[in-house]
Amino acid sequence: MPGPAAERIRFDRISMRYATPTGPLDVVDDVSLTIRQGEFVSLVGPSGCGKTTMMNMAAGFLRPTGGEVTLDGKPIDRPGPDRGVMFQDYGVFPWLTVEDNVAFGLKLAANRKPPAERAAIVERYLRLMGLLDFRKAYPKTLSGGMRQRVALARAYAVNPEFLLMDEPFGALDAQTRSAMHDLLLDVLHTEGKTVMLITHSVEEAVYLSTKVAVISARPARIRELIDIPFPYPRRQTLLETPEFGALRARIHGLVMREYAVQEAQRRPAA
Amino acid sequence: MDDARPTRLIASAALTALPFVVLVLAWWLLRETGLIDARLLPSPFVVLAHFWSGLVHGDLGINILMSVERVLAGLLIGTAAAVPVGFLIGWYHPVRRLIDPLINFFRALPPIALIPLVIVYLGIGEVAKIAILFYASFFAAVIVMYEGMAAISPIYIRVARTLGATDFEIFWRVMLPLTVPHMLVALRVALGVCWATLVAAELVAAQQGLGAMIQNASSFFDLNTIYLGIICIGTLALLMDMTLRRLSARLVAWQDKLGH
Repeated sequence: MPGPAAERIRFDRISMRYATPTGPLDVVDDVSLTIRQGEFVSLVGPSGCGKTTMMNMAAGFLRPTGGEVTLDGKPIDRPGPDRGVMFQDYGVFPWLTVEDNVAFGLKLAANRKPPAERAAIVERYLRLMGLLDFRKAYPKTLSGGMRQRVALARAYAVNPEFLLMDEPFGALDAQTRSAMHDLLLDVLHTEGKTVMLITHSVEEAVYLSTKVAVISARPARIRELIDIPFPYPRRQTLLETPEFGALRARIHGLVMREYAVQEAQRRPAA
Repeated sequence: MDDARPTRLIASAALTALPFVVLVLAWWLLRETGLIDARLLPSPFVVLAHFWSGLVHGDLGINILMSVERVLAGLLIGTAAAVPVGFLIGWYHPVRRLIDPLINFFRALPPIALIPLVIVYLGIGEVAKIAILFYASFFAAVIVMYEGMAAISPIYIRVARTLGATDFEIFWRVMLPLTVPHMLVALRVALGVCWATLVAAELVAAQQGLGAMIQNASSFFDLNTIYLGIICIGTLALLMDMTLRRLSARLVAWQDKLGH
């Protein structure tokens, strides 16, 4: 292995504090995290702990109240096509057909392509996601897994360097989720992107990532940052290995501890 | 499959007609059984004959034409104004808080109460009548527009931003298509309100039009013509609404059927 890859996204001692009627609420507290070129970093932790807040900062929807999030050293202050975002509920445009959804970004001034090239790109991602037969369909006729593939194809079409994914697989059934995991790994293998994933599933995080960050109960801190040593390409058989099981169990234990803390926090308030 | 379509069309037409058939039947029975004094309730067949003779020999054709013209003018101008105004109110939340009570204040005023003012400021010509219809359709449509816009999920705007869209592109490629269904609903609501306001509008010294026809008939206790006028208004409103609904089904085929 050559030396460490370049630092791309940096959370530099960030914090997020909201004013609420009952006083200030710290959602994120002094978090530092570096995502290097080509890494796949997952954030796992109890729900409501501030993971999504961190993703919104990287996406450029939110600025921290303390510290700074930078991309190649420059503060992130707005969303941009270099950072593709996959939302929890996909956000597939209901008024556009599958192919027009995928072509959407390519018609914007920021990444406009001539029609022939645009058609080729759309074709390529429709094929990759297995959507060719549904290109003329409206999203209302598609299953959750297919909508997610549309969203992924749409994000990929503008060729972002980063993928920021907020629980993208949460709403899918187990089989579809496994298929989507492998599809994602395949695509990443050929396209080489840097990924930040937020998930509740420890197994998903370990299976996909190069690094897993366990986030604490609110306010979010990084409890532990764990390297996942398994080489790519990874296959589902990896899930059966004792090494995988041990790592999953260890991280699961960390997450459950934070979950217990979070529950304890909640009780007096209720 | 091909055989099923015409059958389904006939079935759907029959289903639409059924309640009206029942209504006319009840009307006829009320009269025949003597439950209502026959002098106070014309027979449906007499009204039908009256319709035919009015169309062939009388002024019914021109009355219908004048009313349809006025309703369309009021509706189109009213909605055309309501769409951009509703859009702005829906887009800028602070504006909405300021304007919302104002709109509800004006919306609640019955157009008939405004007639004296309309006559004072606009006279008794065609402009005055269309102004009343405009008033009614504008306030009905503008509310539907901005309430609908408030319900639009912000996620689509976020997605568009992450794909690199500028403000103008978000307006043109996201907000506009998302607003089309609300425009169509606004148009339909305004259409109903326009027809409902027609009689009031034609109180302003109208010589022709269905509303004028009804008012003239009432001075002579001409029940046949009154019933005829009411039925014509209802039928025209229904037909125009069905046309609009057809058009919406085409324009927003992408929409989930939840709202219907």
